[in-house]
Amino acid sequence: MAKVYDAGVKDYRDTYWMPDYTPLETDLLACFKITPQEGVPREEIAAAVAAESSTGTWTTVWTDLLTDLDHYKGRAYAIEDVPGDDTCFYGFVAYPIDLFEEGSVVNVMTSLVGNVFGFKALRALRLEDIRFPIAYVMTCNGPPQGIQMERDILNKYGRPLLGCTIKPKLGLSAKNYGRACYEGLRGGLDFTKDDENINSQPFMRWRARFDFVQEAIDKAEAETGERKGHYLNVTAPTSDQMMQRAEYAKEIGSPIIMHDYITGGWTANTQLAQWCQDNGMLLHIHRAMHAVLDRNPHHGIHFRVLTKILRLSGGDHLHSGTVVGKLEGDREATLGWIDIMRDSFIKEDRSRGIFFDQDWGSMPGVIPVASGGIHVWHMPALVNIFGDDSCLQFGGGTLGHPWGNAAGAAANRVAVEACVEARNSGRELEKEGKDILTTAAKHSPELAIAMETWKEIKFEFDTVDKIDAAHK
Amino acid sequence: MNDYQSSLGNAESRKFETFSYLPTLTADQMRVQIQYIVDKGWNPSVEHTEPQHAAGSYWYMWKLPMFGETDVDAILQEIENCHAAHPDNHVRLLGLDNFAQCAGTSMVIYRGQTV
Repeated sequence: MAKVYDAGVKDYRDTYWMPDYTPLETDLLACFKITPQEGVPREEIAAAVAAESSTGTWTTVWTDLLTDLDHYKGRAYAIEDVPGDDTCFYGFVAYPIDLFEEGSVVNVMTSLVGNVFGFKALRALRLEDIRFPIAYVMTCNGPPQGIQMERDILNKYGRPLLGCTIKPKLGLSAKNYGRACYEGLRGGLDFTKDDENINSQPFMRWRARFDFVQEAIDKAEAETGERKGHYLNVTAPTSDQMMQRAEYAKEIGSPIIMHDYITGGWTANTQLAQWCQDNGMLLHIHRAMHAVLDRNPHHGIHFRVLTKILRLSGGDHLHSGTVVGKLEGDREATLGWIDIMRDSFIKEDRSRGIFFDQDWGSMPGVIPVASGGIHVWHMPALVNIFGDDSCLQFGGGTLGHPWGNAAGAAANRVAVEACVEARNSGRELEKEGKDILTTAAKHSPELAIAMETWKEIKFEFDTVDKIDAAHK
Repeated sequence: MNDYQSSLGNAESRKFETFSYLPTLTADQMRVQIQYIVDKGWNPSVEHTEPQHAAGSYWYMWKLPMFGETDVDAILQEIENCHAAHPDNHVRLLGLDNFAQCAGTSMVIYRGQTV
């Protein structure tokens, strides 16, 4: 029987709280950590989150009756306690796939983290995880090349890739900058990298940088006989300029370019990733601004969600944190989002903060990039944590070598190969790391002096954003 | 402070990807790495090339990949056979991962006269 229009305000839970609902295979599922204002019942606030992130608004409107809202509405279908924290709870919401434009992480996130995050009845709200149904995944283009293609393009097998971010971050001229790249590459690195804030400033315009860096790559390749690259950052004020820089990078023979996917925006990123796939280019992704969104345990967007967004939008590398270096990153949580980057199917695992099974189907994987305050002493742990399908990036840990960055690069290359050789021999890297590196250093004066230089540096601060567990 | 020894003019500067920054693996160390390929379930494959053509993706296959071969001695023997037939060429061993559709690892075992 047709419904009758009844103006006024109804409780959200009358429409959007459906504890008996069984999510469909095609539903997009979300887990929110909800911190309500005092005195608001959990069911009501979970229903409000479902409503405000889908079809609902604060009052009944007559136009609701022109459609079938029961088809389109988001449904809050479960609530759970947060282990060790009484101030908040998990609310699970199922969204019908018809709510979203195909292939658009922009559209999905505009709903899920839109107005609802400013909703007054909430003290705080955090999007912990999303299950993207395979039906939706298949509408997205994903990583331009993927892990295997990258290995075949670059001829790198059986070990992690090795990179270096050029420092100082800002202020080098194009020719001096190319020098720093050349020295690192001839010393044994696979990649050098533009820092994220290098775009096209007055001290170094993009085109001059691209030309000098490409000369550095070409010479280092001829000298070492190995294939090399530099992440040319094409992040730009407009997407037209971004594409112009990308086209030029391809024209001069660069194998890889770089984009900052959060500050640059997901529309630009998705466009660039599609172009990279069509033009045989690799795409390195930086994540500036992520900590603004993901570090507060009660409010924002968890990095595992931002990881899924990137894999759908497209990128071949994504910074993942190091666990051991200078930047924030809980070990189990990091292992969780590394799996999300690389694997084709990831099972729900609350010990790693993974709330849903995630099936990526045939979508290629993304290489996690460990970067930030790491040096040769971290190498055994990094190889153990990240495995071969990773890119280990030493900035200060290459350029800060007392003999310069060719020697710094060689030290890191010897260290990574020694760790891989030892791991393949069945040795325990994190336990025997010191012995493995010390033995390797006997044949490498560059490694020996690097080990001496950085032996005292540690970054032992507690993680702010931990996995939710009854530990508090 | 040491100078970093590497130049276009010195063929000794050429590297060979994985394990080429370590001292040449001993016979025992090589056996361990081959055992690793076997334990991973990868298919061993021997390839060789003239040194002046080492940069390309395709080296010559020495026979077909050794599908299902798990005997380290048999694999070593094929590497030796390839080297004996092409003593001036680079010879490498790959572990082909048919699930990833990509080499799981690759290492150059004999080096010809580098150019």
